Amino acid sequence: MAERSFKAEVEQLRIGAGEVFHGEGILAVTKALLQSGVAYVGGYQGSPISHLIDVFADASELMAELGTHFESSASEAAAAAMLAASVNYPLRGAVAWKSVVGTNVASDALSNIASGGVTGGTLVILGEDYGEGSSIMQERTHAFAMKSQMWLLDPRPNLAHIVDMVERGFELSEASNTPVMLELRVRSCHMTGSFVARDNRRPSMTVAEAAESPMRDVDRIVLPPANFLHEVEKIEKRWPAAIEFVRTVRLNEHFGPAEGEIGIIVQGGLFNTLNRALELLDLSDAFANARLPVYVLNVTYPLVPVEVRDFCAGKRAVLVVEEGQPEFIEHELNTLVSRAGLDTRIVGKDVLPRAGEYTGAVIRDGLADFLRAWAPEHAPPETPVSTPAPALSASAVPQRPAGFCTGCPERPIFSAMKLVQKELGAFHVSADIGCHLFSILPPFHIGNTTMGYGLGTAGASAFKPRGKRAIAIMGDGGFWHNGLTSGIGNAVFNQDDNLTIIIDNGYSAATGGQDIPSSKAENANRRTNNPIEKAVRGVGVGWAKTIRRTYDVAAMRDAIREAVTSSEKGPKVIVAQSECQLNRQRRIKPQIAKAIKSGRRVVRERFGVDPDTCTGDHACIRLSGCPSLTIKPNPDPLREHPVAHVENSCVGCGVCGEVSHAAVLCPSFYKAAIVINPTWKDRMGDRLRGWAIGRLQRWADRRRQARAF
Amino acid sequence: MPRQRITIAILGLGGQGGGVLADWIVQLGENADYVAQGTSVPGTAQRTGTTVYYVEMMPQEGPVDPVLALMPVPGDVDIVIAAELMEAGRAILRGFVTGDRTTLIASTHRIYAIAEKSAPGDGRASERRVLEAARERAQHFIGFDMDAVSERTASVISSVLFGALAGSGALPFARTAFEAAIRAGGKAVEANLAGFEAGFAGAQGRLAEKEPSAPEALRTEGAAGRALLARIRTDLPDAAHVFAVEGARRLLDYQDEAYARHYLDRLAAISSRDGELLRETARHLALWMAYEDTIRVADLKIRASRLERVRADVKAAPGQIVRVTEYMHPRLEEICDTLPAALGRSILASPRLSGQLHRFFAKGRHVETTSLRWFLLLSLLAGFRRWRRGTLRYADEQARIDAWLGLIRDAATRDPALATELAKCQQLIKGYGDTFARGLAKYDRVIAQYRDGKLDAAQLRRLREAALADEEGGAPEATIARVGGSA
Repeated sequence: MAERSFKAEVEQLRIGAGEVFHGEGILAVTKALLQSGVAYVGGYQGSPISHLIDVFADASELMAELGTHFESSASEAAAAAMLAASVNYPLRGAVAWKSVVGTNVASDALSNIASGGVTGGTLVILGEDYGEGSSIMQERTHAFAMKSQMWLLDPRPNLAHIVDMVERGFELSEASNTPVMLELRVRSCHMTGSFVARDNRRPSMTVAEAAESPMRDVDRIVLPPANFLHEVEKIEKRWPAAIEFVRTVRLNEHFGPAEGEIGIIVQGGLFNTLNRALELLDLSDAFANARLPVYVLNVTYPLVPVEVRDFCAGKRAVLVVEEGQPEFIEHELNTLVSRAGLDTRIVGKDVLPRAGEYTGAVIRDGLADFLRAWAPEHAPPETPVSTPAPALSASAVPQRPAGFCTGCPERPIFSAMKLVQKELGAFHVSADIGCHLFSILPPFHIGNTTMGYGLGTAGASAFKPRGKRAIAIMGDGGFWHNGLTSGIGNAVFNQDDNLTIIIDNGYSAATGGQDIPSSKAENANRRTNNPIEKAVRGVGVGWAKTIRRTYDVAAMRDAIREAVTSSEKGPKVIVAQSECQLNRQRRIKPQIAKAIKSGRRVVRERFGVDPDTCTGDHACIRLSGCPSLTIKPNPDPLREHPVAHVENSCVGCGVCGEVSHAAVLCPSFYKAAIVINPTWKDRMGDRLRGWAIGRLQRWADRRRQARAF
Repeated sequence: MPRQRITIAILGLGGQGGGVLADWIVQLGENADYVAQGTSVPGTAQRTGTTVYYVEMMPQEGPVDPVLALMPVPGDVDIVIAAELMEAGRAILRGFVTGDRTTLIASTHRIYAIAEKSAPGDGRASERRVLEAARERAQHFIGFDMDAVSERTASVISSVLFGALAGSGALPFARTAFEAAIRAGGKAVEANLAGFEAGFAGAQGRLAEKEPSAPEALRTEGAAGRALLARIRTDLPDAAHVFAVEGARRLLDYQDEAYARHYLDRLAAISSRDGELLRETARHLALWMAYEDTIRVADLKIRASRLERVRADVKAAPGQIVRVTEYMHPRLEEICDTLPAALGRSILASPRLSGQLHRFFAKGRHVETTSLRWFLLLSLLAGFRRWRRGTLRYADEQARIDAWLGLIRDAATRDPALATELAKCQQLIKGYGDTFARGLAKYDRVIAQYRDGKLDAAQLRRLREAALADEEGGAPEATIARVGGSA
């Protein structure tokens, strides 16, 4: 299992009616699923919903008690396909992933499930990775909801409300025979809060019971003529049913006065930010007593025409606060208003930015522009305060691009690539998704494109080299997600001649250290230890090599050099294997502490730099970039440039020393091995050596003293 | 109605414990009957990037929960906590620090960003500018080196920051409430309380500041030193004394008294009395004359003082066994450098011989200095000092130094500023092996350009800086030409 334990979180999942749950947004969703009597859960980890997967993975006992099935799906496509269980049976099912990337991967299955429709409630929980801190392309999940006609919930950030929306989401899905998406933005996933729990519910039917009494309805299968039937059914039955449900259960909310000349329509997820912006303009208070009518769309798709008509009627203008682009809601509102025969002006992206995150300041400024145009009596003064000159220029504060962790086993792979490039010139490098993508940033600057998870090799497939081969990078996570077929199988079939470096660190590391098929850890609930090299040979790769210690920079460099210069044709694969250091430290730290405590001999290794031989060129840092390898003021009064320095956070991986060896840099690096709980042999040897060396040193010191200044 | 909400932004680097600190603050609020909410944007930031945690709290009054925001609005942040100096700068840049309301609590230590670390020379950002901005922009600024405090108290920086937050008085809670939050966390409680205590004292200005150490006096220990010091006093302007003394001391240590005298002779041969010129020449001449050959490296590696420094660096307890292994990679070139000049030169000149010998030096060596075998070998090598004047490297370096001094002497009388810039060109020659070769090539190119181009001091400085910043030394010709010509 993943090396981090979520025991405490799992315990919270057990609490019953009336007890108060404390925790993050995404964990509240986890509890809400159990309260909804969900029969099965699947998904693929990724920020910001990893916790949901992690906690369920650690909760196997509780899940067994409840009769709920959980699996860590191989990919989002696999997770979405799992929802097929709700087509014929009244099984409630939920899947979760990072969006939009995961939704992209899942699209095929999602289109199918949305076409045929569902019997049991199905919920797709999406971590919308948009705005600050996002690591992916900036797109909207909204488009997927629209194109497949799946309903999209965007709940107001309040834990009790989110929990409620999960349960209502299942009901909506069942009422309209349509899968429902629940979108949570990054901050809502990580937002702390509390809510009063309800009891967990056993599913009314379990997946085992469903399998025992199969039911079949050919009309639910996407094949002619049913596929044409589905489209009509969506429009004539499911859509009206959904709108009816949203309206009668009042999933959307109103704040502020009932009437007004102007009003605001906002996505539920942005409500708190909007209220803050209103507060800053003196138009609301901390308890959301807004002075303007506000209509909150906790369901952003579909819109409810009657509600929209009622809200807009009698208003001269309505501001729609809709994050991201294209502005689907704004377009739809214009249509609805015009169909209703109203002359309300819908104002949206003409006062708010077309792109980028809607922060408090952005909404405040857009709102101010809206008010100036439509309700000057509410508007703030034109120039609130003359903004003072910036105290600092942007260049005064250095950027901190993401980088590899201290002791990361991926670093030496890219150090080795840098060394090979020094010899053979630059290569076209097709990068992949994962921590290894940080290679594109300083200090490595390696990588030309990234086309998606597990698609590193496919991204290099157009390159059919004459002399110089292209290099593709792939992580072990991406490899099992789809890279084995889309990358390696494809390369074999199409007779590629490129090199793929598969980074095998034993975990899906970038998403939080989850297990994958090639993980080394024994896992009671999963089958691990399936070697990657065996898999690539299985699909027909002839040239494959596993390097078992990536920290051996010279071996890594030689293997890469051999792969790109070998006369052998066909795809070449290097499996670069060493355990993710973040997870390794988590694993071994308690073990070491225990060993030390019990008096066993432990050797702690760490590295250092001698400041008197370091000349301050920092070539070592340009080839490594380890966080623990840094600089400090030069202690030599004659020298000006800072010297390299290893901090105590060093985990002794040895890359700095190996790099300095392989690149012939300098003799300043040393490894210090500190012996804890030494044996009598250690002590004896140390005393003898110490005596002899000490005598020699004292003699040398005396001679040096004689010629001292 | 007066504003009751408290907004707190915490900026730090991934791994600094910002989440723990945010949890404590939320806990603190909840214990005091506030509605508190924390949130964060970790994303890829957990891998060495910047993280922002954001906490809001409000007194619980009545049945309706307040609506709390999920992100700070510029101009609306009451407390900014920065776990590193540049993160404080980032908070200022983002507009979170304003004079009408913000208490800024920042650790003033530095964790250097990759661009600062990887610059070939000195790429560090200015600390002064951020400190000035912090004092100017915050309503209250509390800043001290909390990293050092956490180290001293064997705690973590988040507990020191939490202590400083308590000590700042910016939150309406008693000190005991803060301590209760730490206890409720249940992890490393004693260490965290120690850090908290020190942070609290620091915020109230009650931590003893370390006295800045006075510059070392120009003192001597032996007869040789007295004679050299006397010469420095008579031969050189005051401005050059500190570096000249340090230089003479270095060269006594490096070689012998004659070598140190030779150093002063070379300085005296510069006919200018320009303080800046002689100061810089004293600095760079000493560094060049104490070039790092294998003899010097061996000598530095085996000293008792060096092993003591290593023990301190790795935080070894007294009596603990520490074994030290060096990563050395002497190539054939470095070996020949240490041989008698004629022999070394002839080996390098013979492709057949050097080709055969090369393979013995193709691999790096792991040299365990604390083993008797390697210690003796390094001692032997260090002992070659007495024959250093006969080595190939010595001959090469003295020739280079003389040529360089010749240029400085020529320029000294007519343009001391230009001569000073020439002296500083020694900076380009750094490191060992490939790095050294690259540095020397850069130096040669700069000097060649100088000879051809009749550059003035400003042009030469720009040229040198461009060459230094060109990390791989790959395509400097064009750059250098352009920079040099653009004056």
